[in-house]
Amino acid sequence: MVTFQFIPYQDIEKLSSAKRVNKLINIVKENKIVLMEGRLKKQEEADLIEITMEEITPNFKGIELSVIYPDKNRQTPMQKIKDGFADVLLGDRQGMTIIGPASIVKKIEKNPDKIELFTKETKIMPRYRGKKKKNKL
Amino acid sequence: MVRKFLKNLFSKLKLNPFAKKSQIKLGLYGPPNGGKSTLANRICQDWLGEDMSTVSHIAHETREINIKEKVVIKNKKGKELTFSLVDTPGIATKIDYEDFLNKGMKKAEAKKRAKEATKGVIDAIKWLDDMDSVVVVLDATQDPYSQVNITIIGNLQARNIPVLVAANKTDLKKANLEAIKAAFPQYKIVGISAKYGKNVDEFYEQVFKLV
Repeated sequence: MVTFQFIPYQDIEKLSSAKRVNKLINIVKENKIVLMEGRLKKQEEADLIEITMEEITPNFKGIELSVIYPDKNRQTPMQKIKDGFADVLLGDRQGMTIIGPASIVKKIEKNPDKIELFTKETKIMPRYRGKKKKNKL
Repeated sequence: MVRKFLKNLFSKLKLNPFAKKSQIKLGLYGPPNGGKSTLANRICQDWLGEDMSTVSHIAHETREINIKEKVVIKNKKGKELTFSLVDTPGIATKIDYEDFLNKGMKKAEAKKRAKEATKGVIDAIKWLDDMDSVVVVLDATQDPYSQVNITIIGNLQARNIPVLVAANKTDLKKANLEAIKAAFPQYKIVGISAKYGKNVDEFYEQVFKLV
């Protein structure tokens, strides 16, 4: 079973960068996949990688990270202006950030139009079946 | 005495306000196994006649920052450019020692490599602020939209550090230079094969423009 935890932007909006990053890491370390509204600042993304590296143990192997964001290179000038206003008014609320533990999420593939999240195959152990006793007649 | 104390303090903090700005630092950044060390060796072989780093097909071979001072390159017009070349460990979001076990390493060796690799990633990120210009070395056979690539380039952009993207391994059939150009249209992309020296002259020309 895979658990997703949604984090609305308002939950992290007023947190300091360090607290934001730590909040996300702590959720991921509980083996949950974070779906965060909006995105981190560039420096925070680097901090997230840095702190992840500090936290790595044989049990916590790191994270898979992906940010979905409108491709500004494909936008018309009008859309760019609208997005510019939205950025000013709403901060980094646009887009979505996905962070999962590397032990569960194998990879997140992002093409401009779609996002694919591949989970690691869980080994399903066949149920133990004891030797059938032969009934002697 | 106070000056000496401050000098020692700043040198420990990697700062030295008493020194003149030394050479330009040209950093090689990118994900693991993109060919940063192969490119560093190519540059050093071409201009100094020696290797700089060890290379391996196993990821995270470079786990420490390597610096080669006073690399002097020349362009077609005979103009010289001197810089310090900084080869950095590959930046990754996950490091699993079991991946190294699968490459035939022993458990203790694999765990040690993983631990060193995590430190290497932290160092590489910390050194971002020290760079004057950066060549982001990407494996042209891999998906360019990986978040690590985007984070590295985004952080360089946020720091106003000039960036050149070297799409490496263009000698391989799977290489897709166009995909990298589509992913990072705002940057100059130069396709190279650091291993075989393909298109490195064009790369050096672009380094001149970058620095």
